Amino acid sequence: MNLRDSRAVTVNHLEAENLQLWRGDRHVLKGVEFGLGKGECLQVTGTNGAGKTTLLRTLCGLMVPEEGRVLCEGRDVRADLPAFHSSLMYLGHEAPLKADLTARENLHYWIGVRRRVAAAGLDAALARVDASAWCERLVRTLSAGQKRRVALAGLALMFAPLWLLDEPTTNLDADGQQVVGSLIAEQLARGGAIVVATHQQLPGAVRAARVLELAS
Amino acid sequence: MRWTWFHRLASPPYLYGLAARLTPWFAWPAALLILGGLFAGLVLAPPDYQQGEGFRIIYVHVPSAWMSLMVYVTMGLAAAVGLIWRMKVAHAIAASCAPIGASFTVAALVTGSLWGKPMWGTWWVWDPRLTSELILLFLYLGFMGLRAGFDDTQRADRAGALLAIVGLVNVPIIHYSVIWWNSLHQAPSVLRFGKPTIPGAMLAPLLILLLGFTLFFAALLLVRVRAEILQRERTARWISETLSG
Amino acid sequence: MSITDLPAGVGSALDSAPSLVYAARPAPALDAARLALSRDLVLAFRKRGQLLQPLAFFALVTMLFPLAVSPELSRLRAIAPGVLWVAAMLASLLALEFLFRDDAHDGTLEQYALSGQSLTWLLFAKTIAHWLLTGLPLALMAPFAAMSLGVAASAVPGIVLIMVVGTIALSLIGAIGAALALGMKRSGTLLALLTLPLSLPVLIYGARATELAIAGNSYMAPLELLAALAVLAVTLAPLGAATAVRISLE
Repeated sequence: MNLRDSRAVTVNHLEAENLQLWRGDRHVLKGVEFGLGKGECLQVTGTNGAGKTTLLRTLCGLMVPEEGRVLCEGRDVRADLPAFHSSLMYLGHEAPLKADLTARENLHYWIGVRRRVAAAGLDAALARVDASAWCERLVRTLSAGQKRRVALAGLALMFAPLWLLDEPTTNLDADGQQVVGSLIAEQLARGGAIVVATHQQLPGAVRAARVLELAS
Repeated sequence: MRWTWFHRLASPPYLYGLAARLTPWFAWPAALLILGGLFAGLVLAPPDYQQGEGFRIIYVHVPSAWMSLMVYVTMGLAAAVGLIWRMKVAHAIAASCAPIGASFTVAALVTGSLWGKPMWGTWWVWDPRLTSELILLFLYLGFMGLRAGFDDTQRADRAGALLAIVGLVNVPIIHYSVIWWNSLHQAPSVLRFGKPTIPGAMLAPLLILLLGFTLFFAALLLVRVRAEILQRERTARWISETLSG
Repeated sequence: MSITDLPAGVGSALDSAPSLVYAARPAPALDAARLALSRDLVLAFRKRGQLLQPLAFFALVTMLFPLAVSPELSRLRAIAPGVLWVAAMLASLLALEFLFRDDAHDGTLEQYALSGQSLTWLLFAKTIAHWLLTGLPLALMAPFAAMSLGVAASAVPGIVLIMVVGTIALSLIGAIGAALALGMKRSGTLLALLTLPLSLPVLIYGARATELAIAGNSYMAPLELLAALAVLAVTLAPLGAATAVRISLE
């Protein structure tokens, strides 16, 4: 394989320009602005209902702001959404897992739709989140924390330059939080960018480059 | 700029004011044409040599049936504009069209059925036009039902718009399959709507009424669009400024 | 770990690279569709009970007619095409409930929409899986229902062929309705109101072709019209379903 036949996508600079969004009568995003460089982490805080999830969904293009733009490398991401999407990984608060598939199968189908996955890569990702022991069990038999770990394995396996994480530490024990912390640190160290929405402190030794507080 | 008019139309306050100014220009001619047309059709036109006085119901039935289809097309086009250019007022127009169109459809069905009784001896026959009209009513009901199922206007607008476009693509297909279906089963004694040539004295009132109904729809649409805009923009500042000033 | 499945050389290049390059090979569209399809098949076979529901419903509706009309085969034979198609339409409507609901619930559709792959294409794959699980079994079961209504065995190949083409169109048209209904809390009767009027042409041509097949005549003309509808649905319906899914995710 060479890099030429892959879509080499980079995220050196992500920028939000005056994002405005209404839901019904509610003005949810009131002119959100920020810039994010490579290897940087932006923490979005705010009370429940302040629009953290809405902001993440707007950044990744699921929701369309009434005003404002999201720019990646200076270009409006809506100009080429598929290219932007293949450079990002969005993890909502629910892990996109099927109860009737094993943890390993879930990863195989979920990430396999997006990129080629070798069995070795799959095993490595599962080992990274300490899931090797139970990765052949059906997801319906797993605890909430274990499901969260499978989602994190997907994050590690996808290897995307931009991560959009919604409350990544929910349901995780101390060990699990450490895993999140080290995944984030790794991603930043290799030049990836992260937007993480959480009202808790970031796990591990990670410090956000910037904190964006949303007022409700 | 050539597109200025398009952008001006897209602004709710502008359209709100424009609709108010235009309404009388449609409403009055519509009233005159409908009254004149009905007088000409119900009093002046000669009775049909075959159907007697009963044929006069076409003066309400045909324009209603025509409008039911035209409103659907208007609705579909407005919905497409709203979906493609994310234009809020276009969605307001599409949403306003649906109840008007459904009412015309009901009027066409009821008058068709009333006409059927003296002509065929039953209140209902599976004539292709009446059947198509009935399916159209279900399309309208589906559109309104889908819109009502959403909590927020934005998603109701966009989902409804998609359904209206899918319906618009489907209406001709449904119409021709119904005609095809009917041609297989048709009993030779059944009278067909419209087809026979109509003498001028009977045709003129019909044309007047078609125009009158179209203008009536336009006036009704303008009024409804204003109400729809008011409701959607109820929190906007221009509303309180317009209403108090 | 992230370096482990990268080829030699890229890892070291990354270390010095100023920014993260997305070096993973994107899955080709065909592989992505194959995975989306096989995933739905695997899931369906783990919940076999759900698979049988539309089939049982189809058999049940067919059984209602002899009880409601008459057990005389000559009378049943006359209404057999209508019975088969109304039952098939309702069974396929019932099955639509399973098409997107679970995936919308657990965020799979969201991940599909953000996968960088064409959502239209992935939903087409899902709809094909759905047809393999519901439409095709219905088509294969239709001859048994037909024979119970007094139809001669010689009409069986025709009925299967007509049903196969018709159920493809039904599944695809239904996919739009199922996707549109996703944004709502309760959608039971509305789904019928959305989908049935749009699938009426399928009913008309399908029932007519079946009628001709049962009578032993050539059913090519209505079958060709039915096939035309199926082709139109294949080209347009996934696009409509993708648009509807995106709206539901907003």
